[in-house]
Amino acid sequence: MGENDAGVIIVGAGHAGGTAAAQLRQYGYDKPIVMVGEEPIAPYQRPPLSKAWLKGEADAESLALKPESFYVQANIELILDVKVASVSREAKTVTLSDGRVLPYGFLIIATGARARPLPVPGSDLKGVMVLRSAADAEGLKAVLGPGTRLAVIGGGYIGLEAAASARALGGDAVVIEREPRILARVSCKPLSDFFTDYHRARGVEFRLDAVVDSFVGEAGHVTGVRLGSGETVACDAALIGIGVTPNDELARDAGLECTGGIVVDEHARTSDPAIFAIGDVTHRPLPLYDRMFRLESVANALEQARQAASAIVGRPAPAHEVTWNWSDQYDLKYQFAGLPFDVDDVVVRGDPASAKFAVFHLNGDKIQAVEAVNAPAEFMAGRQLIGQRRSVSRAKLADMSVSMKEVAA
Amino acid sequence: MAKITYVEFNGAEHVVDVKPGMSVMEGAVKNNVPGIDADCGGACACATCHVYVDEAWLDKTGDKSAMEESMLDFAENVAPNSRLSCQINVTDTLDGLVVRMPESQH
Repeated sequence: MGENDAGVIIVGAGHAGGTAAAQLRQYGYDKPIVMVGEEPIAPYQRPPLSKAWLKGEADAESLALKPESFYVQANIELILDVKVASVSREAKTVTLSDGRVLPYGFLIIATGARARPLPVPGSDLKGVMVLRSAADAEGLKAVLGPGTRLAVIGGGYIGLEAAASARALGGDAVVIEREPRILARVSCKPLSDFFTDYHRARGVEFRLDAVVDSFVGEAGHVTGVRLGSGETVACDAALIGIGVTPNDELARDAGLECTGGIVVDEHARTSDPAIFAIGDVTHRPLPLYDRMFRLESVANALEQARQAASAIVGRPAPAHEVTWNWSDQYDLKYQFAGLPFDVDDVVVRGDPASAKFAVFHLNGDKIQAVEAVNAPAEFMAGRQLIGQRRSVSRAKLADMSVSMKEVAA
Repeated sequence: MAKITYVEFNGAEHVVDVKPGMSVMEGAVKNNVPGIDADCGGACACATCHVYVDEAWLDKTGDKSAMEESMLDFAENVAPNSRLSCQINVTDTLDGLVVRMPESQH
């Protein structure tokens, strides 16, 4: 038996892990594939959990990445509801939480990230929740509806999507944000202002510059969020959406290089050539921006799943992608591409008041990132221009009478 | 069920029974048909589920929304019969549909 005949073990049955398994089979990989996941269900899509699924517009079957029958047909063994306790790189084995020891030829770590807790008094009350897994989403969905008030801690995309869904389901929502503006970590000020106004006009309340002091409750259940200002925001449930922490403990314990995520190269390979890491858990190169970064997106998970699968089967590496992501709130489709590194100017194209506009982040005459609201042409053209490192005219970019086709010509 | 034939760029054919209510994209992805990536899972946000609808089926697959039109405008190798397959809802009237895939979705 050759040393790689043991096949591939994938740790983590999320979007990244599930895609890597499917890609390996699509690329003709014929050795064993075992995927170990700590959740009790097969890989599913997380983005709809705060969007279409939360509003009841998508069912569990549509969330699944593949139907159960796929894993049988493709001979991919799923071991669910089990954690990988440790990795022995010397023996090339993993030890599961149920004691089993499995050999690997290649290991793919796709353990993702977990929601950051908010360590304040009362955070253990019932009704204080996070949104990461399908089980979390079930819990949240159960409390949303007419007459209930959701407090969202953290004005990021997950929190805003949950607030929009709460309103769509007939309930109330109040967003509590530590910074002076929402989306401070991920978006520019024109976008923050636009989303704040749009949510306010649809009945969402905001507390900005607001620190959470504690959660207060009755009979073990949350009834309010106490702020540093002394105000208590009454609520029936509280959702904490203040970012994530990469699940890189397994890799660190195994001695792999980690720095706020598992360090990988542009093939998603870790410091051990037999071990890959993909998705939210990685600290990865961004060739377009000449730096390392940790991304949290489906596009990133899929790109790295393809990189790892290609490297394992010996296919040429897929072309680098411009990272992108999206958010759905009310009737808004928000799409962004690229990352706003080294930005020296920002150009707004279109009028935010019309709810159809885009913001281009520039470095000299190159686009570093684009944020588009109901502006798919700006998103698509922007994504291409970012990837091509092409020079653009600021004047044309800002002029709505010049089409994006012409801007990109 | 609607029988849909997905033809890869290299000519490989995949015939799949797709449940009405699903999208043409889901029919491919859930059956691991290669060539349709659908990175956004059907939110019309990424244009990686681009297909060419067989001419005979163009009127049955419906019209493109303005959103889909704009996304397709900037996809690679677009033709008049290009569609985003996440935006084609499968019904019994699409039994026999044939779609072809572009060389790449990225």
